[in-house]
Amino acid sequence: MLQFTDRTWLWFAAACYLAGFVLGTVAVIRERKLSRVLMYFIISAGFTLQTFGLYLRGLEVKGCPLGNTFELFQFIAWSAIALYLVIGATFRLSLLGYFTSVLAAALTVVSLSFPAWDATRRVNIFGGNAWIEFHAALALFSYGVFCLLTLTALMYVLQVFSLKRHHLHGLFSFLPSIRELDHISLRLLTAGVVLLTASLGVGAVYWLDDTTTVNALKLTVTVGVWAAYAVVLILRLRDRLVGKRLSWALLILFAALLASLPLVSGSHAAP
Amino acid sequence: MSSPVLFLLGASHHKTPLELREKLALSPERLPVFHQTASTLPGILELAVLNTCNRVEFYGAADSAEAVQRLRETFCTFQGFPADAFATISHHAAGLPAIEHLLTVASGLDSQMLGETEILGQVKDAYAEAQSRGTTGPVLNRVFQKAFQHAKYVRTHTAINAGHISVANVAVDLALKIFGDLSSTRILLLGAGDIGEKTAKAFQSCGAGSLTVASRTLGRAMELATTLNATALPWEHVSAHIGEYSVIVGSTAAPDVVVTLADATAAIKKRPSEPLFFIDLALPRDIDAAVAKLENVFLYNLDDLAKIADENLAARTAEVVHARKIVTEKAAALWKQVESQAGGRR
Repeated sequence: MLQFTDRTWLWFAAACYLAGFVLGTVAVIRERKLSRVLMYFIISAGFTLQTFGLYLRGLEVKGCPLGNTFELFQFIAWSAIALYLVIGATFRLSLLGYFTSVLAAALTVVSLSFPAWDATRRVNIFGGNAWIEFHAALALFSYGVFCLLTLTALMYVLQVFSLKRHHLHGLFSFLPSIRELDHISLRLLTAGVVLLTASLGVGAVYWLDDTTTVNALKLTVTVGVWAAYAVVLILRLRDRLVGKRLSWALLILFAALLASLPLVSGSHAAP
Repeated sequence: MSSPVLFLLGASHHKTPLELREKLALSPERLPVFHQTASTLPGILELAVLNTCNRVEFYGAADSAEAVQRLRETFCTFQGFPADAFATISHHAAGLPAIEHLLTVASGLDSQMLGETEILGQVKDAYAEAQSRGTTGPVLNRVFQKAFQHAKYVRTHTAINAGHISVANVAVDLALKIFGDLSSTRILLLGAGDIGEKTAKAFQSCGAGSLTVASRTLGRAMELATTLNATALPWEHVSAHIGEYSVIVGSTAAPDVVVTLADATAAIKKRPSEPLFFIDLALPRDIDAAVAKLENVFLYNLDDLAKIADENLAARTAEVVHARKIVTEKAAALWKQVESQAGGRR
């Protein structure tokens, strides 16, 4: 009989995100508008399954599942989807659901496809300290915000390309306006930086008590990510980094953030 | 008495040139008079008049073909139009083909501008007018109400009205892609020509925030500004104020470039995070083509807009077969209902 483990539920969730990706792609190819309600339903179903899978994993590792690269990818995808479910209903950004399902499918399928990323399951990594767990979850949630920010930046780049090169059909015909994308990007960037700042603030309180709990690599990478996004936010607020250059900067930053995850995941010292 | 026959009689842009359509069109004052006269003709049981700039059509139910012939003669006499000439340009149908024609018209498939949506409103108005005059009955009520549903179905299930096919509306579409909502968008119209005015009106109909007109002749700018409920800007102030606007429409007859690269560069520096959209409808061009290379600046000239309009029209044309298939199916189903309704009353 098939054993329904946490990974099984997470595979089901990935299948939902993939379904969203396939349906969206077919609609775009046929130049038909994809029902926002249908996309919202598919993503919600994936989110529910993923939440259940992560819940089971949380029970197993006795805490928020952030102990290896697989769990980090899953948690970032989950955070981005959670945010989409709020933002998608509020801002009704055309194609955001499609792009979110694409990225969620990519993150979840990739993480599930590398068993080595999930080979080591570290139990009780936060030592029962709820504040440290909150700090880690908040940091990862901010990464989820940056994940969604990356999607809006990508959509911005595509829309600018479309308008500059006069390619207005297919996928491009459904993209939101430049101004909408710029506004939502600024809000997401602000929210991400605020969340990450709060997370680092909470973490710093405990780190100052005992500087041996976090190794230098993790500290450098995390502070580096925070500083990079903070600088981008300041430049954007001062109108020094705008438009396409801002979007490219955000895309590159997120790629760097993802690349840095394996460095962060294994370096938290378990008590 | 035999069951009523659904009929269509009329003339449209397909066979009737503009100068003849002008003679056939019923003026707002004469339309009610004719409607009253025609609906009381012997044998005319129901009647609706669709009177637009591209067609005059009568949809109704009659007890015989002779009644329709009487309507034809009465209309020609009323308009002072030769009956034999009307016979060569008019179209006439009864039963299923009449329903099919109404669905084709309401869907925009018979329009001069393929897929346009205004016609559906005009058909609705014609029906409402007939209802208010008490000249509709079981046949027209069913046929028109179903026609509205089917026309909507055609529009939502095909791309027959996808994308705009006029230069002015294509420009507005592009502005929507850049700015989203236009309610806070300021528009500067350079020149007071016809195409610029049409484009300005298209922006206003989409809820553009404010409009300013600048022309080399201030009097002309003020005149157009009054017509469009806009403000006028002295020509010599244009360069200094470009950065205050989101959309700049160039439509002057100036022999040289009106907005230079330096002007656009200075303008975008004032608003680096806000896009700037130039629409150049002038020949020779008003806006230096080099501005397109600037970050956050978008430039479309007349050829670009015409190309998009042509592509949209091609996309609509490609949908005609699909749309007509739907119309044929829906018309057949509706005709069955009308026939069974008539049979039920016998």
